[in-house]
Amino acid sequence: MTTSFHDLTRGLRLEVSGLGVVYANGHRALSGASFSLTGGTICGLVGPNGSGKSTLFKSMMGFVRPSAGVVTINGGPVREALKAQVVAYVPQAEEVDWDFPVSVWDVVLMGRYGSMNFLRRARLADRLAVEESLRRVSLWEFRDRQIGELSGGQKKRVFLARALAQGGRLILLDEPFTGVDVQTEEAIIILLRELRTSGCIIVVSTHNLGSVPEFCDQAVLLNKTVLACGPTASVFTEQNLTAAFGGVLRHFHFERSTIQSHDGRSVKIMTDDERPLVFGKDGHLEYKDREGRESLIDERRRRETEAER
Amino acid sequence: MMELCHDLLVPLQYDYMVRALVVSALIGVVCGFLSAFVTLKGWSLLGDALSHAVVPGVALAGLLGWPLAAGAFLTGVLATGAMALIKVKSRLREDAVMGIVFTTFFAAGLLIISLTPGAVDRKTIIFGNILAIADRELLQVVVIAVVTLVVLGCKWRDLMLFCFDAAQARTLGLPVVVLHGVLLVLMSATVVAALQAVGAVLVVAMLVTPGAAAHLLTDRFGRMMWVAAGLGGGCALVGAYASYFFDGATGGCIVTLQALVFGVVFLWAPRHGWLAERRRARRRSGSGEAQEVLL
Repeated sequence: MTTSFHDLTRGLRLEVSGLGVVYANGHRALSGASFSLTGGTICGLVGPNGSGKSTLFKSMMGFVRPSAGVVTINGGPVREALKAQVVAYVPQAEEVDWDFPVSVWDVVLMGRYGSMNFLRRARLADRLAVEESLRRVSLWEFRDRQIGELSGGQKKRVFLARALAQGGRLILLDEPFTGVDVQTEEAIIILLRELRTSGCIIVVSTHNLGSVPEFCDQAVLLNKTVLACGPTASVFTEQNLTAAFGGVLRHFHFERSTIQSHDGRSVKIMTDDERPLVFGKDGHLEYKDREGRESLIDERRRRETEAER
Repeated sequence: MMELCHDLLVPLQYDYMVRALVVSALIGVVCGFLSAFVTLKGWSLLGDALSHAVVPGVALAGLLGWPLAAGAFLTGVLATGAMALIKVKSRLREDAVMGIVFTTFFAAGLLIISLTPGAVDRKTIIFGNILAIADRELLQVVVIAVVTLVVLGCKWRDLMLFCFDAAQARTLGLPVVVLHGVLLVLMSATVVAALQAVGAVLVVAMLVTPGAAAHLLTDRFGRMMWVAAGLGGGCALVGAYASYFFDGATGGCIVTLQALVFGVVFLWAPRHGWLAERRRARRRSGSGEAQEVLL
């Protein structure tokens, strides 16, 4: 069982079935939540505040005991997966004590503790893994900095590097793009795509709707239970999102807007914080750029012309 | 000059004084080591609560002729358990829960002491009395110190990760519950040891001040542990020595000295001291102006 966790030729498999979680104070955070993912994939976990995103994360890390249902990783219990260093977690920036006296190097080395000996003394292999991870997120030059002395984007990348050094195959990211500049966001997305190619499952918890279609292959829509799951384009419909978010979302309709065909015309939308989610005239998702999505757009164009006929 | 030297060496002529100096230094080093974890984990208040909660245990142990450490440990664990239970089962905040539990235990301790005059000396428990430490207590202190140093020496990296990011420790498959327990047990044990030196009221200073000062002095955890241990041991040694000249207020001397050291560090620490931060802030706003001029 344990060996199959690191079988790079096969994708990892995460299965959540009938998961229910009730906290000690009686609060029911999740009930009957089911979905499954097979690596490599990037999956967005989307829902309003209090929808159970962090509870679902905690269940995948074995922090909460389900009152119903089960989470399995490659068919085995979460506990075994943790022991085999399969699960890596990238925390939200707010959860970290940035004044803690540790350097960037120290933090990334912590990712290796699970596979070190009793005294946690770093061996050559550990140091090499840390160096490679730091170089991959372009933080090698900053390895001796105390973590509080980094910029917002660098801070995020330290913990991503820690997940890389750990060698996790199920990587959980909590709100990775809050307080991060656009360049860092793109760098992170490129890295996540590389991990996907190597068969990892990357689960990204976010309330930033607009970014999900840009980089997530799949999405799980959550509100106390799984409302929808599958390929992003089929999950992200106006109907599903309204069901998940209720009245929380603001809607802006551009009646007779300039976006009526896919080439030539464009509309610019400015927002102070998050990337907006844009739907086309017939309810399909609009993407920021077409790269990699040419077939999708061809498909739409074909349908349009058919409809005109 | 000769006379001054002679006066300063007087304490070392007494066996009880030399013993008190060595024991104080040992307690100071152990508490200092542990204070690095306590301050970073945010357990300073818990340390205060524990140091009060052990009082009824010490009183009972004195009454029953048990080793003081055993009694202290028992009520320390009881109090921690009570706090955890009330916190989970009520909507109250942690500080309120702590306030209630530790004062309750402390009050119970005072009550036991006052109801059984002569069994235990109230002043010894509350203010400590390192100068009159009995052989049996001395042995306890040494055992506690050695065990604590060995455990910290072997598992400090795990405990550091637990303090820094318990969630990560858990995803790495580390036994977080055990680590939590180990840190609590070490804390209770050192509280008992420090009780002898400075008394219940001032124990928390031994568990917080060295770590806090060390945190302002360094950006690496390993170094912080050593600095905290050194500060704790040094202050305890010098404080106990000075107390000879102040007629026995050992706890007061040690903790006052710690506070003085902390004050100096707070002001003049090279990077994180108040003055350094202010200098940096001024330089930053200065360069901001320069840029504006360039634009």
